[in-house]
Amino acid sequence: MALRRRRRPRPQLTTVPPGGALPAPSPLELSRRAWRRRRARRSTLVALASTLLFAAVAYLVVTSAPGWPRVQATFFSPSVAWESLPEILSGLWLNLQVLVVGGLLVLVLGLLVALTRALRGPAFAPLRILATGYVDLFRGIPLIITLYLVGFGFPALGLQGMPTSPFVLGTVAIVLTYSAYVAEVFRAGIESVHPSQRAAARSLGLTHRQTMRIVVLPQAMRTVTPALLNDFVALQKDVGLISVLGAVDAVRSAQILVGQSFNFTPYVVAGLLFVLLAVPSARLADAVTARARRRQQSGGLL
Amino acid sequence: MSAPVLDVRGVVKTFGDTVVLRGVDLSVGEHQVVALIGGSGSGKSTLLRCASLLETVDDGQVLLDGEDVTDPRVDADAVRRRLGVVFQAYNLFPHMTVLDNVTLAPTVVHGRPKAEVQEEARAMLARMGLADKAGEYPDRLSGGQQQRVAIARALGVRPRVLLLDEITSALDPELVGEVLAVVREVAAQGMTILMATHEMGFARQVADTVAFLDGGVVLESGPPEQVLGDPVEERTRRFLARVIDAGRL
Ligand SMILES: Nc1ncnc2c1ncn2[C@@H]1O[C@H](COP(=O)(O)OP(=O)(O)OP(=O)(O)O)[C@@H](O)[C@H]1O
Ligand SMILES: [Mg+2]
Repeated sequence: MALRRRRRPRPQLTTVPPGGALPAPSPLELSRRAWRRRRARRSTLVALASTLLFAAVAYLVVTSAPGWPRVQATFFSPSVAWESLPEILSGLWLNLQVLVVGGLLVLVLGLLVALTRALRGPAFAPLRILATGYVDLFRGIPLIITLYLVGFGFPALGLQGMPTSPFVLGTVAIVLTYSAYVAEVFRAGIESVHPSQRAAARSLGLTHRQTMRIVVLPQAMRTVTPALLNDFVALQKDVGLISVLGAVDAVRSAQILVGQSFNFTPYVVAGLLFVLLAVPSARLADAVTARARRRQQSGGLL
Repeated sequence: MSAPVLDVRGVVKTFGDTVVLRGVDLSVGEHQVVALIGGSGSGKSTLLRCASLLETVDDGQVLLDGEDVTDPRVDADAVRRRLGVVFQAYNLFPHMTVLDNVTLAPTVVHGRPKAEVQEEARAMLARMGLADKAGEYPDRLSGGQQQRVAIARALGVRPRVLLLDEITSALDPELVGEVLAVVREVAAQGMTILMATHEMGFARQVADTVAFLDGGVVLESGPPEQVLGDPVEERTRRFLARVIDAGRL
């Protein structure tokens, strides 16, 4: 090949017509695919075997502990679990309602706060400061304190028409706290859209609002969806905190049952139910993240 | 005749239903400069990405110094260490200075002493007219300057073969000349180069071989005077006519 510098090679022509179906994969490609399959299978097997081994060791260690029979009877009693299930499930229904209503409100309020913080120009300074103050305040206060303040403070005002149901007040407290978090997620998303996008949109004559709605937010949404789903999973378990206001949700039901039977199994049941609730959202979050990655064309192998 | 440094054999690459490459054969010999030409979307970048193991091929082979690097058993990182790649869109690391961009791979990946690498990098940046930009961050450079930094970065690892993807498409005409001179100098020092380009003048001046990519295959390849001046294939002729119309020859 080094000689090519002096002796120019003859033109080489290939006469494959463009278009048409690809020929069948070559034996080489087939063997590569087979090798990749074998390797994937082997790693699955290794993972499975090590998981089983770990589970077996953990099981043996726990069950051979001297206190195990007592722990088993007070935390893992199948009969108590079975009896407590209906009441805890009906309590969980309340949690689900708070979750759905609260989740939607959080999205709206969070977005509004984020958009307020993204407003430009001195005229909006008071609004921006207000939004910033709100975020600083409710991101800083532990959720449980907000719950107490809203749940017991609002009714104490004795205002006409002030709701007193722990369901409503609990939802309000949760929305106040989570909107502050979600506003920050949205804001990070909005800021992650490159300024050149804004410049391009504004130079086309779009207004600030149009730029936000049509150009910036759709791109921001893509980046923040995984983070939002993550916050949703957190919200799923935090709705259990409305029990501190006396709402008879899954946690409170379990508490009552524990008090009656002096057996802690209902807590375990409630805990497992919350886990079951969280698993689909967690898998959804994974899937969305993976899809976002694939959509970025240049991802390739890396 | 020694074996080619880079040998692409029957490479197929599809994205879903789109067949981008349907059996590309191309070889780049030691010290050779091969220019890859073809219409927009013909798969030049895709071929370079396959050669640099940023994509898996769907069939065929890529041999680097006779080693089949498309074999899933090879260590892709080790292979990439022997390649220098310059992307269409620079892809400099925005959080590092120009000098750090250039010295990153030689120090971190190749483990060479920092002082020595820095000295070398400064000399290279100076050759590319960037002596005073070493401490600058990429965002503060013009597109042309950024691309020259990207070339310096790729050369920093002393690659076996340099893969250039339309390195001049972002440059001002006057800067094209400078970069051309740099590439020519690098080629004269014995660097093996495979470059995709829209600039036919550039290909004619620098390349030993021009390969025309069309319909997913190398339709025609040969010396620049022949392929660019008197192409055999009708489709090559038509492509070149379009390019001449656009004033790029
Ligand atoms: N990750 C991807 N997913 C789907 N399609 C892709 C992907 N990467 C490239 N393509 C498609 O492959 C084709 C070839 O793209 P490629 O970037 O290789 O062209 P090109 O010859 O480099 O063009 P240009 O001269 O404009 O840079 C295009 O039709 C493109 O849409
Ligand atoms: Mg390209």
